Amino acid sequence: MIRLSIQARQALARLTTPVLIVSALALMLLGRATPLVPERARITLSDALAPIYAVVDVPLRAVRGAARAVGETVSLRAENERLRLENDRLRHWYDVAMALDTENATLKENLHWVPDPKLSFVTARVVADAGGVYARSVLLSVGPNSDIRRGEVALDAAGLAGRVTEVGARSARVLLITDMNSRIPVLLEHSRARAILAGANAPNPKLLYVQDGLHPQEGERVVTSAEAGAFPAGLLIGTVHFGESGQMEVAPAADLGRLDVVRIFDYGLGGIVAPEAAAGRRPGAATAAGG
Amino acid sequence: MDTKPGIRPRLGPWHMLDVASRYAFPGGQTVIVLLLLSAPLGLPGQAQLQPAWAMTSVFFWSLYRPASMPALLVFATGLLLDLLAQGPVGIYVLILLLIHGSVLRYRRTLTRSVFALVWLAFIGMAGAAALAEWLLEAVLTWSPVPPWPGLFEFGVAAGLYPMLALYLITLHRGRAAPEQAS
Repeated sequence: MIRLSIQARQALARLTTPVLIVSALALMLLGRATPLVPERARITLSDALAPIYAVVDVPLRAVRGAARAVGETVSLRAENERLRLENDRLRHWYDVAMALDTENATLKENLHWVPDPKLSFVTARVVADAGGVYARSVLLSVGPNSDIRRGEVALDAAGLAGRVTEVGARSARVLLITDMNSRIPVLLEHSRARAILAGANAPNPKLLYVQDGLHPQEGERVVTSAEAGAFPAGLLIGTVHFGESGQMEVAPAADLGRLDVVRIFDYGLGGIVAPEAAAGRRPGAATAAGG
Repeated sequence: MDTKPGIRPRLGPWHMLDVASRYAFPGGQTVIVLLLLSAPLGLPGQAQLQPAWAMTSVFFWSLYRPASMPALLVFATGLLLDLLAQGPVGIYVLILLLIHGSVLRYRRTLTRSVFALVWLAFIGMAGAAALAEWLLEAVLTWSPVPPWPGLFEFGVAAGLYPMLALYLITLHRGRAAPEQAS
């Protein structure tokens, strides 16, 4: 150990903070220049934390379940009545769907329709809302040898949740459709208008570049469009909703605030997956990979 | 407390360990709570709680026990926060270091001020931090960034400070006080 005078030690101590501040600035530039390095670091950290989160999640899930059970007991009667009505309505729709399904099968047979490819999917548990203040993503806990790949599509029971952006050994990250960097080509089912669904870090993503001359209706279904080859056509995203300022938004069908389990579908679409070297949150790469 | 002045026998290994753990307590606890806050607790505004906690902790310990919150530890805390969040790396490192630096700069005035004044100083720093974070986020991702998450973060940090400070003060006088080592 080198013995320093008190003055020298004080001078050194005073220098530490400025030197570290300069290193922080250098770190920012480095992160911009080589986005792969922070991404690797994040994946390593996620891989370490995901199994721990998965364990921690078990008792927390029980607590949340108990709290929900208490709330549900209170509204049991009203809920029962509502469900009975909904069941009647759904039974009607079930009959309609069965008839349409038969009709659809006949029509496809007559037209020699090329059958859609069989889909493979894996189901993974969401272990944490990860993203920080300015991002919306979730962390999945996946087995060591899962074949989840970047760019695959994540759906919950009701609709599209997002796309896989990072894959580690035991974890994967899904960028949600509400994230600021998410841009998805969509189709409005009724008016057939094409648009871009842009996340805004708010619960409802916005619809941009809606085709002129078409007037989407409130409540119209919004589905993915196969344009750009990033998504298969026709996945339900949500319904059109006009915000307070008249801005066209989409109310997502997926329960993005409380994602529990998601299915990761492999549609075999190479689409636009940012090359690994260009990954990160640069606008050009991220918009394409975002989803 | 050193109540009996005079020459005393050399202190044992347990005492040394106790002193060391008390010195390491603020830093260790900052990191552990940060990791806990990244777990799926389902708390409202949990994303904002992480930076709010880090700012409070760095501010508090830099002010009252700077020996337990050296700049290198501040750097490491910022890096962890950056990696847990998905933004550009380095933003929180810079912000926490700037808070640390400014607290040390005005330490003499602040330690002698009343609690409300210290809180006001923290509010000022948290506001500047949220603004800097928002600007850096926009510049580094080169895209328009909505200001609401940053404002919310500022609100959470400023509003929770008295509560967190109360908790940290009990630690400061108890678990993290090296002079109380037995």
